[in-house]
Amino acid sequence: MVWFKKTRYATITPKDRKDVPSGLWIKCEACNELLYKREWKRNLKVCPKCNYHYKMTARERIDSILDEGSFVKSDFTLKPIDFLKFKDTKTYEERLIEAQKKTELFDAVVTGEGKLLGHPVVLGVMDFAFMGGSMGSVVGEEITRAIEMAIEKRYPLIIISSSGGARMQEGVISLMQMAKTSQAVARLNEEGLLYISVLTNPTTGGVTASFAFLGDIIIAEAHALIGFAGPRVIEQTIRQKLPNGFQRAEFMLEHGLIDMVVNRIELRKRIGEILNFFAK
Amino acid sequence: MPIGSSRGVRLLDNDYFDFEQPIIELEKRIEELSKFTSGKKIDIQEEIKRLETKIKRLKKEIYTNLTPWQRVKIARHPKRPGIMDYISRIFTNFIELHGDRTFSDDRAIVAGLAEFDSNSVVIIGHQKGKDAKENIACNFGMPHPEGYRKALRVMNLAEKFGKPILTFIDTPGAYPGIAAEERGQGEAIARNLLRLSRLKVPIIAILIGEGGSGGALAIGVGDKIIMLENAIYSVISPEGCAAILWKSNEKVEESANNLSLTAKDLLELEIIDDIIPEPLGGAHRDYDGMAQRLKKGIQTHLEEIRNVPIDELISNRYKKYRRMGRYIEE
Repeated sequence: MVWFKKTRYATITPKDRKDVPSGLWIKCEACNELLYKREWKRNLKVCPKCNYHYKMTARERIDSILDEGSFVKSDFTLKPIDFLKFKDTKTYEERLIEAQKKTELFDAVVTGEGKLLGHPVVLGVMDFAFMGGSMGSVVGEEITRAIEMAIEKRYPLIIISSSGGARMQEGVISLMQMAKTSQAVARLNEEGLLYISVLTNPTTGGVTASFAFLGDIIIAEAHALIGFAGPRVIEQTIRQKLPNGFQRAEFMLEHGLIDMVVNRIELRKRIGEILNFFAK
Repeated sequence: MPIGSSRGVRLLDNDYFDFEQPIIELEKRIEELSKFTSGKKIDIQEEIKRLETKIKRLKKEIYTNLTPWQRVKIARHPKRPGIMDYISRIFTNFIELHGDRTFSDDRAIVAGLAEFDSNSVVIIGHQKGKDAKENIACNFGMPHPEGYRKALRVMNLAEKFGKPILTFIDTPGAYPGIAAEERGQGEAIARNLLRLSRLKVPIIAILIGEGGSGGALAIGVGDKIIMLENAIYSVISPEGCAAILWKSNEKVEESANNLSLTAKDLLELEIIDDIIPEPLGGAHRDYDGMAQRLKKGIQTHLEEIRNVPIDELISNRYKKYRRMGRYIEE
């Protein structure tokens, strides 16, 4: 992995993560099947028995989607700041430091360029482990710069989303990232460039209501939760339990809101096919 | 009368907030004194005058030092003037347009054509309704996707005929419900953001009451963003934020303090361009006075952007949003 050595964030060896139990075997969160960890990893963190898709880190995602060694991270480094001095049970600054330690990222997104089955692309990947993949100034700015880079290089753009929505700790500035990223997509459209949006579990709130739903092609990973309002908010509003499968990828497909539902193991190939079509 | 219109209001006892109690008590005393003396030959004009000066001072003190949470309450006041109150006072020849041409007519969004001074403009805004029946018809100002798609249709119409757009924002948020999700609430909002950012006509967005997150922004991208003094604009409701971050419904005040949702905060953060002062005590105290001030504000801002060449206008609009965000770059 060449890109691995290029950047600061990738030079640190991955440690055990909370959601990844140590040891050789793990128990599937969804079906309780005992899984051999190495095999599960080779299967891109999808349970071979029940097809449950575990969340991936941005790094794992990039490795799984791009040609080996082709990723070059964007050459700028953006860091979030607690400009509102937001304090709930902890300060925003404390939450940022925690998230940065946990994920070894500065914020909830990684962008750069690389090759996918030979096609040069600009790629943006969100990481849910960083404060629920929430979009504040840094995420909004990085996504916008990725879109602008796609315009400049005239490459197709791929954004893989995973987010709980706008980041509350940056107030209305977070909300404005929706406008900022969406207007950049509008420019990309004017330039006649391709944008493939991949929605992964979960994609909700301000990300759903901006760039994630503005792709020319919208792909969702199997069974991913996708929606504007989170299920808990809806349940509280309507005071009833939500039907099974509500807001899942398959539900979105049935309601005409996305183009296709794809299993993770097929994702790279499917995107490659789409890139092939538009490259001709 | 059509939904949402009202000829001004009479405030009842429960229309006042607890922080207004000192004012209410003085006002009641004056009323009692005048009643007591009417028809009698006792002159207490001096005393009444004294009380009135006291009220004036008290009002100024209270209303200029409102906490964010108190402003949230004013912004949500059931008698706060809504879009129809401004339409009838500021515009003439309003023609309402209905429906998204696809699914239905969402009453949470009002759209139409109107005259402003001698200009023809297109109006789009949220509508909460004035009483229980209207509230239900308007879903308390919380649009479904068809509401945003109605707005989009009318935006396209405005662009086709080169008419400036004025939007009036007043919503707790886009409706979080099953049907709204089934019909693509997220997509509907995203589409409007994309479209508004490149629309080839001048756009002024006015926050008149509650600016509830994405549901507000969906008609809130423009060349000028102006805000009434007691309006609020927030990424999430103080209640929602308190529930998620504090895991407590009692922390709404703290939550409101943290979110930077008042007009003053947002002017400092360079999110909005101007604040329209409200009559003392809030817009609901004086509909005509508020409408007058807002009209003047619209005139000023429309004048500034009406004749800007369209390419320049759109490029400035792009830059305006492009700048928003605070981070450190290395």
